Amino acid sequence: MNSAKYVLGKALRMISLLIALCLVSFILVKNSPIDPVQAYIGADMMRVSEEQRELIAENWGLDKPPIEQFFSWAGAIVQGDFGTSMIYREPVIEVIGQRFAASLALMGVAWVLSGIFGFLMGIIAGMNRGKLIDRAIKWYCLTLAATPTFWLGLILLIIFAVWLGWFPIGMGVPVGVLSEHVSISEKLYHLILPALTLSIVGVANIALHTRQKLLDVLESDYVLFARANGESGLGLVWQHGVRNIALPAVTLQFASFSELFGGSVLAEQVFSYPGLGQATVSAGLRGDVPLLLGIVLISAIFVFSGNLIGDIICSVVDPRIKEDRSSV
Amino acid sequence: MNVLTDPENAIGSGSLHFKLNRRQKTLIITGLCSALLIGIILAAQLMSNAGIATNFSQQNLAPSWSHPFGTDWLGRDMFTRTIKGLAISIQIGLLASSVSVVIALVLGMCAATMGEKVDAIISWLVDLFMGVPHLVALVLIAVVLGGGAKGVIIGVALTHWPSLTRVIRAEVMQVRSSQYVLVSRHLGRSRWWIASRHILPHLLPQFFVGLILIFPHAILHEASITFLGFGLSPHLPAIGVILSESMGYLAAGMWWLAFFPGLSLLIIVRAFDVIGDNLRMLLDPHRAHE
Amino acid sequence: MNIKNNISNLQHSNLSEQSQYLSGTSRNDLLVVENLSVSFIQYQSGMKQRNLEVICDLNVNVRSGEVVAIVGSSGSGKSLLAHAILGILPSNAKVSGTMIYNGQALTGERQKAIRGSEISLIPQSVNYLDPLMKVGEQVQNTIKTKDAKVRQQQIFQRYQLSKAAGILYPFQLSGGMARRVLVATAVSGGAKLIIADEPTPGLHPEVVAETLSHLKELADQGCGVLMITHDIEAAMKIADRIAVFYAGTTVEVAPIEDFTNTGEALRHPYTKALWKALPENDFTPIPGFQPTPADLPSGCLFEPRCQLRTAACGAGKPEMAELRGGQVRCIHAT
Repeated sequence: MNSAKYVLGKALRMISLLIALCLVSFILVKNSPIDPVQAYIGADMMRVSEEQRELIAENWGLDKPPIEQFFSWAGAIVQGDFGTSMIYREPVIEVIGQRFAASLALMGVAWVLSGIFGFLMGIIAGMNRGKLIDRAIKWYCLTLAATPTFWLGLILLIIFAVWLGWFPIGMGVPVGVLSEHVSISEKLYHLILPALTLSIVGVANIALHTRQKLLDVLESDYVLFARANGESGLGLVWQHGVRNIALPAVTLQFASFSELFGGSVLAEQVFSYPGLGQATVSAGLRGDVPLLLGIVLISAIFVFSGNLIGDIICSVVDPRIKEDRSSV
Repeated sequence: MNVLTDPENAIGSGSLHFKLNRRQKTLIITGLCSALLIGIILAAQLMSNAGIATNFSQQNLAPSWSHPFGTDWLGRDMFTRTIKGLAISIQIGLLASSVSVVIALVLGMCAATMGEKVDAIISWLVDLFMGVPHLVALVLIAVVLGGGAKGVIIGVALTHWPSLTRVIRAEVMQVRSSQYVLVSRHLGRSRWWIASRHILPHLLPQFFVGLILIFPHAILHEASITFLGFGLSPHLPAIGVILSESMGYLAAGMWWLAFFPGLSLLIIVRAFDVIGDNLRMLLDPHRAHE
Repeated sequence: MNIKNNISNLQHSNLSEQSQYLSGTSRNDLLVVENLSVSFIQYQSGMKQRNLEVICDLNVNVRSGEVVAIVGSSGSGKSLLAHAILGILPSNAKVSGTMIYNGQALTGERQKAIRGSEISLIPQSVNYLDPLMKVGEQVQNTIKTKDAKVRQQQIFQRYQLSKAAGILYPFQLSGGMARRVLVATAVSGGAKLIIADEPTPGLHPEVVAETLSHLKELADQGCGVLMITHDIEAAMKIADRIAVFYAGTTVEVAPIEDFTNTGEALRHPYTKALWKALPENDFTPIPGFQPTPADLPSGCLFEPRCQLRTAACGAGKPEMAELRGGQVRCIHAT
């Protein structure tokens, strides 16, 4: 009951943030130099008359005052109608749906791999504090944190596509094949390099965090007592370390959706991977306002959901938080 | 009986000597990193534009002594372009992160001192800005502002304050509840008096540490957004522009177009990290126990 | 884990040779600590550092079946003695001196082998229990045999802990229950030497009495109990001997009978002053402060506050000497 209340509170906060985000994004776009009609017409500019342009504007309600426009836009969004993408000439929700599935595969692989490897690296470093392996892992993570994601992508591209020739250089779907006809193995093939890029970059944060947490735990009174009771080595780390580190690490990993999404925008651009990140760039460059606003909202929901899941896991698993709330 | 005392002392003084060296080492490394950054900005000013002019007799050269980073398809010297690009990035990064730190300082102080309601609103704002992925927010702001240096600076400044705001809020809360501030309040000092005499002096080092913490993110995001085509104009030798252009020539085996400029950016960001860590260690030896 | 134990050059070749200089100790000693020093490297502003001696030249011994209390003011580093005996000091600590357990030198490896089984610790508070592990499980962890669960339940029963208490997390325990769990954890391995580190911190009088009776009971069963406390009154209720801890060392070890009347049987001026400072005696505070490890006096540690001080007191640290069935570190003691 109390857990439900807690989650409900978090969800309400998330909704209030989303409403505010809609308003802010709408105001921003309304005051931008983008002319949605022009963006829609694009190259056909010469063949479209002034009257036709006005007709399009009227059709979209662009002649109405901004407040009215906002409410009709927001009202449509609540019903799941994000409008029509100007560059793909398809409903925004469908464009996002298809693309997000591709991005989720990419981000999911990277998320799991970086989570597991980062956690292990953090534990290895923490257990060997001050030794060569610890310093090496620390150095590696700090260097990764300073590495531009897209540059790492380019380097992987040079090594694996140009020099070794294991992958084609243009990483997109084969020309002339409809996306639904691409086989699973082909999809996986195209997933490897961008996922590798994101995984490599992703370990830094979680590894450094886990290392620090493990050091804190190893200096704690309860580990001191466990050692006084004859526990030592891996057994001690397994019994007390992992138990106390895993929860914050999982929470952190769920809180990293923001960086993950940003990373995927860059990786998709480098490898021409047909995901949401690439759509973000196209929408921005070509002034596809409905798609851009849709992506802003969807990415925010993605990030908020990550945080929410982290909170829920914490509240379900950690006995102290559970108790804390039921006693209130 | 106490045979162990002497070797103990010897070890003690021995490590004391080693420690002093570590302090010197820290200072030397900090100095070197700072010199590197200043050197790049100065070098960019001093270098003539001849190196980045189109020169068809020097096209597509691999790295050599005369062109350490090679040349591109227009015969431009990549070393010169990289140095000038880094200088632009450092300046934009510094400007944007300074604005960000100021926002964080103001909001952090407000949140900590102006009551629960303001605190709640600012914490809500922080959540709002943390909710959208940095890069998506940057794209949105850059698009709305029509791209260019202005878009990048405002975008980076507006997206990097939230986490630092939390840190500063916590810091101010701590100072506020400390003994000497409570004494001042009992003595009837005004809020402003307390803020300017007790809290601000504590925040000045925070400003510099915050700047140095935000800067690496700022410069990386500037390069990313420029790489995606929303940032600095393609006519500038920015690192993002260089790397984005290089993509068309990688298939032809011109790896140096991407490798050196990106590596240089990595080194610059890392240098700032090192300065930041060392400064924190010198300012607060207890926290940096290792 | 990566504890560096510098007690490597402990002399353990010939025991009879040792007893010549291990003053006041006998063959039935369970634990002998001679001239134990513990020091740390401390960081100061900037990045300077110095060597900080928190315990220096400490002497104490514990026999089977007795309770020895180490009494000293809070925050004076007494806990480190417990950690040094168990070999669980942080890695930046340096240890020197001699420790003998059950007739053999207590080396790093030996500490590792017997802590939790032969020597165990009763810690100060529930913070010493893993916050995310049920207490029953934690007790089972210290029992190395296969019937851990049964043994744990037996021990819980012995300390009036219900079966249900075993599935509680540390933060769910009440003060009295927490105490019993900590004692239960310490005795679960069947230890012969029990070190109780500040076992009665700010507890309800009933809980204090109960905890002390548990310790006394353990001694009656043949264990050696070393109780480290700031509470001289609690110590007097169960201890057979009291070692007085001042500025990182023991200044006196006295049998409990000496703590009577005006304390004329006591040997060291600090012990006497401490005795007089108790509320039921004169309640006269000792002027001055205990020196911090950073600036210890060069001579006798108590010299700056001592009423008996002479020029000789500042000349050097007095050695521990036998006196009237106890030990004292004072050149004026009679």
